[in-house]
Amino acid sequence: MTKKIMNVDDSVSMRQIVSSTLQSAGYETVSAVDGEDALGKLATTAVDLIITDLNMPRLDGIGLIKRLRASTTHKFVPVLILTTVSEEKMKQEGRAAGATGWVVKPFRPEQLLATVRKVLGPDA
Amino acid sequence: MGGALDHTATFRQEAADLLVQLEGALLDLADRPGDRDLVDTVFRALHTLKGSGAMFGFDALASFAHDMESAFDCVRNGKLAVGAELVNLTLAALDHIRALVDSPGTADQVRGDVLRASFRELTGTGFRAESRGDAPASTGGLRDGEDRTAATYRIRFRPGREVMRFGTNPLLLLDELRGLGRCAVTAITDDIPPLEDLDPTACYAAWDILLTSGRPQAEIEDVFIFVADQAALKIEVVLDPAEESAAKRVGEILVERGDIATEALADTLDKQERLGNLLVREGKVSPSLVKSALVEQRHLNRVAQGRPGAPSSAATGIRVPAERLDALMDQVGELVIAHARLAQAASAGEDMGLKSVAEEIGRLASGLRDTTMGIRMLPIGTLFGKFRRVVHDLSIELGKTVELTMSGEETELDKTVIENLNDPLIHLIRNAVDHGIEDAETRAARGKPPAGSVHLAAVHSGAQVLITISDDGGGMDGAAIRAKAEERGLLAPGQEASESELFALVFQPGFSTSQRVTGVSGRGVGMDVVKRAIDALRGTIDIASTPEQGSVITCRLPLTLAIIDGLLVRVGGNRYVIPLSAIEECVELTPGQDQRSGGRSFLNIRDAIVPFLRLRALFNDGGTAERFQKVVIVASGEERVGLVVDQVVGQYQTVIKSLSKLHREVREFSGATILGDGTVALILDVPHIVAFAQKREERLKAAGIASPVGEQE
Repeated sequence: MTKKIMNVDDSVSMRQIVSSTLQSAGYETVSAVDGEDALGKLATTAVDLIITDLNMPRLDGIGLIKRLRASTTHKFVPVLILTTVSEEKMKQEGRAAGATGWVVKPFRPEQLLATVRKVLGPDA
Repeated sequence: MGGALDHTATFRQEAADLLVQLEGALLDLADRPGDRDLVDTVFRALHTLKGSGAMFGFDALASFAHDMESAFDCVRNGKLAVGAELVNLTLAALDHIRALVDSPGTADQVRGDVLRASFRELTGTGFRAESRGDAPASTGGLRDGEDRTAATYRIRFRPGREVMRFGTNPLLLLDELRGLGRCAVTAITDDIPPLEDLDPTACYAAWDILLTSGRPQAEIEDVFIFVADQAALKIEVVLDPAEESAAKRVGEILVERGDIATEALADTLDKQERLGNLLVREGKVSPSLVKSALVEQRHLNRVAQGRPGAPSSAATGIRVPAERLDALMDQVGELVIAHARLAQAASAGEDMGLKSVAEEIGRLASGLRDTTMGIRMLPIGTLFGKFRRVVHDLSIELGKTVELTMSGEETELDKTVIENLNDPLIHLIRNAVDHGIEDAETRAARGKPPAGSVHLAAVHSGAQVLITISDDGGGMDGAAIRAKAEERGLLAPGQEASESELFALVFQPGFSTSQRVTGVSGRGVGMDVVKRAIDALRGTIDIASTPEQGSVITCRLPLTLAIIDGLLVRVGGNRYVIPLSAIEECVELTPGQDQRSGGRSFLNIRDAIVPFLRLRALFNDGGTAERFQKVVIVASGEERVGLVVDQVVGQYQTVIKSLSKLHREVREFSGATILGDGTVALILDVPHIVAFAQKREERLKAAGIASPVGEQE
């Protein structure tokens, strides 16, 4: 079974590079433009991992994680947050909300994949 | 490269959209300076420009947007008010951003610096160097030297209860460690509470890991980067190649001098488990921790062996982790199945070339399978050897003189079978010494030699191995068993029961006739545990006993658990495999016999009455029986039973696949196999199928319905 990863970001270019990086490694991807969109799609789609940006309209990354951890269906799904080096505080906040780990922007494709494999195991 | 260009184009488009959005929001903000939503929109747009810009190599843009973002962060935090000055400055900055997006190389750097200075002035931060990189703290000393030899680390990983609630799978971390070098992992399970107190979402387990790796310690710490704040983690170097240990252990020295073989040393080191046992018994340390320490000892030992300069006593063999053998066996099994499909496809066609290749592959596959099976075989002597000590200790404890003799130690068995035999055999031996062998006075009165004797024997018998444990003790007391069985309601008073049926009763849970409880046996953990263990190995166990002469317990075990020789049969549209070891013969069920047998479902085979079951009815496989049914006569325990099938397809050696976890409770089928055409055939567990049919029949009888299984519809 190919693993499916949801990629939540309001930036279309970020969505594109994250998705294409993951797809090139054999993962299946599904995108959402913000937390609300993600929750809507997660209601009908099961994913193995969620990679989310923090700063987004409507529902931001922290809010999304809190909602997921409080849900019954996505309590245990691994969530990686995308942060920048200057957002050390956000990393802590994401962590407190229940994030599994983080990826620091800017990242090289292989850095993203290494982090994804850390959370999902070596197979796509 | 095309992909990268696409991304850049996408980013440019996105940036243009964001700039339009920013402009609109800023102009609105000039009118409504207090609007929080507008401030958030501006902040978010700048944030995206910064983050995405950095991703796609627009470093100047990213760093410029960062200063602007900081200003609006101050606004969000109420440290800075929105005024005409900020709005105009930001609008001016947007033009510079446009230039940075379109042609980063030619953008006016001086203008950019002026704008940045203005933003910094507003936020009052002055010049602040952006810290680059997110490197985790390195713990000195071990980062250098790529080609240094491996060090051994002791990693004590105690994840917090809540790690799994953060989506972390601790097992993947262990896998990641395994990728770094040679690993020995011990699970510490002391904290796992009883089931009723267990929170299924909490992580109670902890791990001690010995890792021999050439990687720097920082890289090992990186494995745990996401759980560092949720786990107690201790990484220490236990064996550093840089410092050849000055004080060598006595054992090492002996090995180096060639005075003792490495194997012998390991064997002796194993005996230190006795010290561990002592510590555990005195409550000084938990069993998991002792195990972990022993694992470390063995791991270090192995690492030491592997070092250059260490004696290479392994010239004649290599040690291979058991999992690799299991994986190999699995793959060989798949290969055998795949070959069967290939052979079938080849035989359906006319292509002679393909047929000969299929045959060749078949020959190689079966050779490979036999070799692989051979690798997994161990002489049972390795197991028997341990029992010497058991008997020795027991005879001292009980004040009896007991002699243990054995034969057939060279008999080879699959390693999984051997491993799983340890506990049941120990139990049987303890029983023999404790309950079987009489005390000295009784023996003298019965005219037996003062020393009791227990004999362990292993012998091949076809595809099975017979292991017998015989003693010359008092034997089992049939009357006492009967009394106990009646007391417990297992037997109606006065009900007839053969000797072997009586003895089989001791396999009932909690059944013990012993009048006394010794520290050795008879504490409720009874023969039922032994029976279950042997059952799990697809073996059978039988007891024979003569009063005052002793008992003989016989275990029949398959050579291997991975492969089964079976008879492929068809019932209706489905196919099943009956283990060949259980089959005695196949006879035809002529329509005449079928009719005649009527409701009795008995067959007369050479003047012996054999009951039979119609599998078609048992499996609720509708439709009417075919004209020429066959009866496969199988031995189930002491009795013979016929299984009526539609067709006997042929003998079939097959690789057993276990049923899924969901079907773990299904006892009537011991597994499944994949046939040449890719369909699945279930493997019958004969004793359980027979027991199931008997129960069903009794139930139907009790309900006053004639059994459809034994009767012609």
